[in-house]
Amino acid sequence: MNHPVKTSRKEHHVKKVEAVIRHYKLEEVKNALTQAGIQGMTVSEVRGFGRQRGHKETYRGAEYTVDFLPKVKLEVVVADDEVANAIQVISNVARTGQIGDGKIFVTNLADVIRIRTGETGPGAI
Amino acid sequence: MKLRYRTALAVLAVCGSFSSNSWADEPTSSGAATGVAVTFNGADIAWSLIASALVLMMTAPGLALFYGGLVRKKNILGVMMQCVFLMGIMSLVWALWGYSLVFSGDLGGVGLIGDFGYAGLQGVIPTWVDGAQVIPPYGPPSNTIPRSVHMIFQMMFFIITPALICGAFAERMKFASMVLFSVLWGTLIYCPVAHWVWSDAGWCSEFNPNAAFPAFDFAGGTVVHITSGFSALVCAILLGKRLGYGHEPMPPHNLSYTFIGATLLWVGWFGFNAGSAMAANGAAANAFVATHMAAAAGTVSWAGIEWLKRGKASILGACSGAVAGLVCITPASGSCSPVAGIVLGFLAGLACFYFCTTIKNRFGYDDSLDAFGVHGVGGTLGALLTGVFASKAITGDLKKCGLLEGNANQLVNQFVGAFAAIALAVIGTIILLKIVDALLGLRVNQAGELQGLDINQHGEEGYIFL
Repeated sequence: MNHPVKTSRKEHHVKKVEAVIRHYKLEEVKNALTQAGIQGMTVSEVRGFGRQRGHKETYRGAEYTVDFLPKVKLEVVVADDEVANAIQVISNVARTGQIGDGKIFVTNLADVIRIRTGETGPGAI
Repeated sequence: MKLRYRTALAVLAVCGSFSSNSWADEPTSSGAATGVAVTFNGADIAWSLIASALVLMMTAPGLALFYGGLVRKKNILGVMMQCVFLMGIMSLVWALWGYSLVFSGDLGGVGLIGDFGYAGLQGVIPTWVDGAQVIPPYGPPSNTIPRSVHMIFQMMFFIITPALICGAFAERMKFASMVLFSVLWGTLIYCPVAHWVWSDAGWCSEFNPNAAFPAFDFAGGTVVHITSGFSALVCAILLGKRLGYGHEPMPPHNLSYTFIGATLLWVGWFGFNAGSAMAANGAAANAFVATHMAAAAGTVSWAGIEWLKRGKASILGACSGAVAGLVCITPASGSCSPVAGIVLGFLAGLACFYFCTTIKNRFGYDDSLDAFGVHGVGGTLGALLTGVFASKAITGDLKKCGLLEGNANQLVNQFVGAFAAIALAVIGTIILLKIVDALLGLRVNQAGELQGLDINQHGEEGYIFL
């Protein structure tokens, strides 16, 4: 079997939705996305800060301000028509209303390729 | 087996030499003036060997994890290597000349340093004499264990003491310089102080009936913690601060390791203190209980004062308090009761807390892992409080008690012994560091320090994922 990889000519039909969220929201967000029909996702441990800034830690009297707070970054790739839905689901579930709920970034992807079959474009998601 | 055990172990001893041999067919505790026939005691040997292993465990993995968790992640192997390499090099030094300089004879007869009578383990390990095996016993006051057991137990102390100092110069000292310094330090500072305090000829030894200032130091408050603590202070000052100290965050990289290390130290300390009885007896039992109570009180007092002052009790505080309590009870565990142990541990937790969190910052030196703040401060406090709380009920000797039982002299002896050890540790360490600096330099270069000791000094990384 030989599947030559072809880059899809129709660009901007798939988007990447990256959500930086609270650790304890991950399970809920994952379940909600799965129920909404989104099939795959990638998560990673990240550290960073926005308006929330850091907190103080003290070790034997030495006080440090920790700016980079631990968060989880969740990445899902969806077809254009699913983007609004994905954003809606993530926002609804990950929101607590407190500073530090996180951010969602949406980017256009040039292509998606399924390694096993060589399929490209939205069909490879 | 039983018969063989009795014939093999029930052997003779001649105080310090083998000019005459005599076999004891039956257990006996008395002998001729020149020699004492002995019976080895299985329980004493078993406990002393187990205790030796426990004390080795304190250096690694105990101290290696305790210190390793406190440094930044680029330096964890540097700390672990210091611990494990000291297990190697200090053992060799101890067998070749260290044990001898502490426990053999007395050079010049002034109680300052031993001679080379046991150098290379001669007179320590079994020999074949006149067609029979001779196992040298430890000798008075205890003839129930072979001398090799005493030697190996004491060897573990010789290993951990310089390892404690590593906390002061962590994250910046050259490995080669650390090795050379530790060998010189062990020989020229540890050995004399241990001879003063623990040999039967030392000038401030409770085992020397003619000692000018017989001080109680059951398990090494002065020999181990005061010497290492004050030498650590000198190291921290002379090496200078870590790059970025004071304006860059240097939080512990893995407090879980520190927790594991501290709790291993707690368990190992039972060997350290209760093992110092060199017998499975009442003194060992009291030391064990007193040690545990002091660690418990230190844990509660350090974490408790944090809780009151900051609203949170920390893991690092609880672990540091346990170690402070253990340090403080070390000299006292042979003469003070477990109730006194609670007082010592509690005070040590408070004193070391204030020192490490408040007083240290006023001076501005960089004792990276608080080797002085815990061992120097806790050790000195322990040495002095031993002179206050020592009790005849524990020592079993009417004359061996402290201030609370009317013997103010003991407090004076404790002070003199501690002060002499501090003086030698401070002056000696200054001189040794100058020598090592001239020969090898003390610190890794700037680029190496930024890169971290793991890669720069050892060519390895502590954490490689994937």
